Amino acid sequence: MYVAVKGGERAIDNAHAWLAEERRGNLAVPEFTTDQIREQLALAVNRVMAEGSLYDPDLAALAIKQARGDLIEAIFLIRAYRTTLPRFGGSLPVDTANMACDRRVSATFKDAPGGQVLGPTFDYTHRLLDFKLAADGEAGQVAEAAPLQGPTPHIMGFLDRENLIQPEPAGEETPADLTRAPLELPASRALRLQALTRADEGFTLGMAYSTQRGYARNHAFVAELRIGTVAVEMEIPELGFAIEIGEITLTECETVNQFQGSKTQPPQFTRGYGLVFGMTERKAISMALVDRALRWKELGEDDIGAPAQDEEFVLYHCDNIQATGFLEHIKLPHYVDFQSELELIRKLRRDAQVAMQEAAE
Amino acid sequence: MTEYNFAYLDEQTKRMIRRAILKGLAIPGYQVPFASREMPMPYGWGTGGVQVSAAVLTPDDTLKVIDQGADDTTNAVSIRRFFQRTAGVAVTEKTTEASVIQTRHRIPEQALRADQIIVYQVPIPEPLRFLEPSEVETRKMHALEDYGLMHVKLYEDISQHGAIATAYAYPVKIEGRYVMDPSPIPKFDNPKLEMAAIQLFGAGREQRIYALPPYTKVVSLDFDDYPFQPSKADHCCAICGSTTSYLDELITDDAGGRMFICSDTDYCATRVEDAG
Amino acid sequence: MDAQTLDGGFGSPPQESAQAFRAIMNATAQPGTIWQVAGAMPPAPVSVAAGVALLTLCDPETPLFLGASIDSPGLRDWITFHCGAPLVSADQARFALGIWDDLPLDDFALGTAEYPDRSATLIVELHALTDQGAVLRGPGIKDQAQLSLPETAAFQRNNALFPLGLDFIFTCGDRLAALPRSTRIG
Repeated sequence: MYVAVKGGERAIDNAHAWLAEERRGNLAVPEFTTDQIREQLALAVNRVMAEGSLYDPDLAALAIKQARGDLIEAIFLIRAYRTTLPRFGGSLPVDTANMACDRRVSATFKDAPGGQVLGPTFDYTHRLLDFKLAADGEAGQVAEAAPLQGPTPHIMGFLDRENLIQPEPAGEETPADLTRAPLELPASRALRLQALTRADEGFTLGMAYSTQRGYARNHAFVAELRIGTVAVEMEIPELGFAIEIGEITLTECETVNQFQGSKTQPPQFTRGYGLVFGMTERKAISMALVDRALRWKELGEDDIGAPAQDEEFVLYHCDNIQATGFLEHIKLPHYVDFQSELELIRKLRRDAQVAMQEAAE
Repeated sequence: MTEYNFAYLDEQTKRMIRRAILKGLAIPGYQVPFASREMPMPYGWGTGGVQVSAAVLTPDDTLKVIDQGADDTTNAVSIRRFFQRTAGVAVTEKTTEASVIQTRHRIPEQALRADQIIVYQVPIPEPLRFLEPSEVETRKMHALEDYGLMHVKLYEDISQHGAIATAYAYPVKIEGRYVMDPSPIPKFDNPKLEMAAIQLFGAGREQRIYALPPYTKVVSLDFDDYPFQPSKADHCCAICGSTTSYLDELITDDAGGRMFICSDTDYCATRVEDAG
Repeated sequence: MDAQTLDGGFGSPPQESAQAFRAIMNATAQPGTIWQVAGAMPPAPVSVAAGVALLTLCDPETPLFLGASIDSPGLRDWITFHCGAPLVSADQARFALGIWDDLPLDDFALGTAEYPDRSATLIVELHALTDQGAVLRGPGIKDQAQLSLPETAAFQRNNALFPLGLDFIFTCGDRLAALPRSTRIG
């Protein structure tokens, strides 16, 4: 007699044990530490923090180690941990004008107060494999400049003062929280930006790229890209004033885009905005382009039906944890639904064959 | 697992889910949006069902988890273990012993009682989604009770195939008002949707909860001249001999030999025990 | 803050609120059935059952309306400490607590056509709660049930609004019942 497949529990235990062994790899090679990941795979750590929506380099490094370097898996670990954390309150808005910049470039002005600072960028490296690195990764001493004193003003501020760019006055209202309330459409810009800052880098890049190729082209110039640290401050009710509770690294991208105008309004440039945890400039630039494309309605543009203009399409598909979960779930058993399809298709074929025979006779 | 709260979720999250469940019960078949949390298992693997179960379970409950009707499929095992660890609840494979049953894709063969709760894992809660991809549009259709699109689809099936070509996740109308997706259960299970137990549906990724109180009127959509027909493989179970249970089909040899056995493993085992 | 404010919450919230919720859920799913609850000791004159409902369902995310005849500084402090629910006017409320004559039914949110769930749930304190009275039919009820409703016309009007409408939890001592908008009366 046939005995149904049993032993799901044992199979799971064995799979987990094997996974742990594979994660460690060859025991003759020293195990690496989460400190090493944090220090030497910092850009992977940054991506995990950004898309995991949790600023903690040590936990991100641990997640990368546990996930065997699968960054989406690591992001998933961070998200699942993050959701269990109690909330003590909200910080004050961070002030990126007071960022201590490691990198600051503008594509729109050759120079501006604060200057252009290349910082630690791959931009002008020739992408030649450095075989020396395989044996010896020690870096030599690098020259250090004195840090700039005082705030680095935003380039956009200069356009703003001339009224050349569409104004974006500060608002007092507290934006909705994507992680605490179900997404509702149409979404406010604040909510869209929340979704985009933790969106999958690849998805955001693809969407942004499509706008450049004509699917809702918005003629973006990087007015400014800045990376550096900002203080996080929190109002403590018992004290009656705000105190600094920490410092985080952010990447901010402001784009200046094609201008608008009408009979009553002289032409003005428009904006796209990206702000992402860590040193994550590909993501921040992509975010700014997608943000700009999604603003077609409020800026009175036409919907040309481009994917990047479709808020519902972008917001419902940009989250890699949702996407990968649903994608991968199709490998779970579907015997029952498949069986019902089998019965149906067999019946339909039988009926069709009978009908064809009758027609032939 | 002392570092996590009873049934994993924090109390505020549970309250949010519980409020959504109550509104779902008050408006049978309507999909209540809820702020689904990231769970320690992937979206699409039962996070909605798990959140609903977590919000419903008490320490006195006995939990049964099935996937495709079976207690021993890997994902059912994994979810059962999760609640054993985080809620410390008793578990069972016996349908009659369970107070809460979490399921994927099946309703047990054994009729459920008024003191039982069944929680369905739902991948796509919107019955109109494959006809209209936009949530903004489908929400309007439900608001206006405009289900013309669904009838057109079913009618097109008939004109093309001579029958309604939907075999699972077969749409139903609740109390004459909302069209609802019963989750991807085979249409064989649709008549069981009118039952004595409370039915709760959780879609985690899509952030929706919906519900059917006991004895809620559930009608599978059809036409007068093409009435709804539940169907199953025209065989009996090779293990217990049941002619009325839903069957899985197995391929037994290279020549394409087939065998049919109950998809509900507890139903099948109980019948074998009772006979022996 | 006096001792009464700090007392009267759940001793072990995860377990007690789970049990309380099951009672409230069973009541909502089966209109006309009456369930016993325990674990809350709100300031008088609020009943144990109403206190349990507040602790189980209300928090900083659910604005609450208090009926005039039960409203007191002691109750406000108790709610603020144990639930954190902001106290608001009827039109802003997701929940309300009061005796029947206290509740301005026309002012509460009924939900919208697209979001009928965005409606208020009213916790109504009754002097008596029995399974005798108005005849109930609808989802959750096999044939028919009965419940000692404070009146019938208001609930008939509410049911006529379906899928919009208010949902009710009736409390009396340590017992509760519920009447969702889906229930037909008479």
